[in-house]
Amino acid sequence: MHRGKGMKFVGDSRVSASRTSQIPKDYSEYPGRTEAFWPNFLLKEWLAGAVFLVGFLILTLAHPSPLGGLADPTNAAFIPLPDWYFLFLYELLKYEFASGQYVLLGMLGIPGLAFGALLLAPFLDNGPGRRPHQRPIAVIMMMLALTATIWLTYTSASHVDWEARAAMDQPVPPASVEIDTSHEGYAVYEANCMSCHGESLEGGAAGPTLVGIEYSAEEIAQIAQEGINTMPADMFKGTPEELELLVQFITSVNEQAAE
Amino acid sequence: MLQKIYDWIDERVDITPIWRDIADHEVPEHVNPAHHFSAFVYCFGGLTFFVVVIQILSGMFLTMYYVPDIENAWKSVYYLQTEVAHGQIVRGMHHWGASIVIVMLLLHTLRVFFQGAYKKPRELNWMVGVLIFFVMLGLGFTGYLLPWDNKAFFATQVGLQMAEQVPIIGDELKILLAGDEEIVGAQTLTRFFAIHVFFLPAALFALLAAHFILIRRQGISGPL
Repeated sequence: MHRGKGMKFVGDSRVSASRTSQIPKDYSEYPGRTEAFWPNFLLKEWLAGAVFLVGFLILTLAHPSPLGGLADPTNAAFIPLPDWYFLFLYELLKYEFASGQYVLLGMLGIPGLAFGALLLAPFLDNGPGRRPHQRPIAVIMMMLALTATIWLTYTSASHVDWEARAAMDQPVPPASVEIDTSHEGYAVYEANCMSCHGESLEGGAAGPTLVGIEYSAEEIAQIAQEGINTMPADMFKGTPEELELLVQFITSVNEQAAE
Repeated sequence: MLQKIYDWIDERVDITPIWRDIADHEVPEHVNPAHHFSAFVYCFGGLTFFVVVIQILSGMFLTMYYVPDIENAWKSVYYLQTEVAHGQIVRGMHHWGASIVIVMLLLHTLRVFFQGAYKKPRELNWMVGVLIFFVMLGLGFTGYLLPWDNKAFFATQVGLQMAEQVPIIGDELKILLAGDEEIVGAQTLTRFFAIHVFFLPAALFALLAAHFILIRRQGISGPL
């Protein structure tokens, strides 16, 4: 069959001028137990896809997509963190040889080498053998790169307290609740909590918002006395009566927010 | 009736070869999990495409509610999450799909790598595939900013600082992405939105088309 340059076509179509038989090989000429893609194999693919989709939807329903608080560029306490598939790069840049004056090595040099090698893999590993043991260098390099990436991602993620992070960054409803400053509990709030949790419970650098929390009255009282996550114990310094007023105030704000 | 319509079109534009490219071909034994269960590794590429389709469809529905400006971006996502019927699920599919597609891409890449399926004559298709991987990472990076919450904002700020440190073109690259020398703000959000919704998907479609045409041209690689 004539191919490549010098090929002649009918008019400006892609039909070859030296038209050879268009009849494809019969299925029986293929070796092994082949199966027609349409419709037999496609049906099985659809079944596999349906099972995959069910798993995917269960994941989606079990874990709603997270949304943090509205971006606040003045929030100096927020520690930036990329999506998990960039964590390896984030962790790499913490190493001494990959930061400071070597930052280009960490940012472009090492990842560039790795991804460049991945892109050009067929030309770097150009021997005829396809089996892994016939090309040990390529396979070992890939194993090392894979191990390094997984290790970097793991160390980066294991240092993060994900629950505390999410608690610090709650979404506050846009039409925020009106704070009843004449409530008796507000004075208690002002004295004990306001410096961290903000004038209208909106949260700040040191404490999360108290609007839209899912704690019961008893739990709120307990947290005020014993602390939670990064909040130390004994932040509340008042009488039990004042604690009750405070809890009443916080739950009333949350009831209002839930409406 | 359908046969007549088919014949009428086929007589004029010869669609039978196209049909053969898409559907009428043999699936060899070594890739068929019905014969060798270990052949399930050949599903990873198809499942990656499946998740890409989920991403495209859920993304199309998300743009019905999303507003790419700093006043309303977060509010529109919050509204979608809390008020819109099934908005939670559609955004959830897009959010988790973004992670699953990276996982499936990685598995597919490893399957092709360890089987040495990228060797002659399939070098070009491997390179197209790696470029698809890069485009996917770009989509992940730009999509992360769009909800305009704290983690989006600060992660993007770090990403732009990194872009700035690229030698020679660093400053221009940062301005191209952020729309400003200093501020990560309204301009940045609209640019990331445009990149995420128009530029990168266009590149992705072109690369996917090349990937699939090459597969049909060259067929699937033989058994090891």
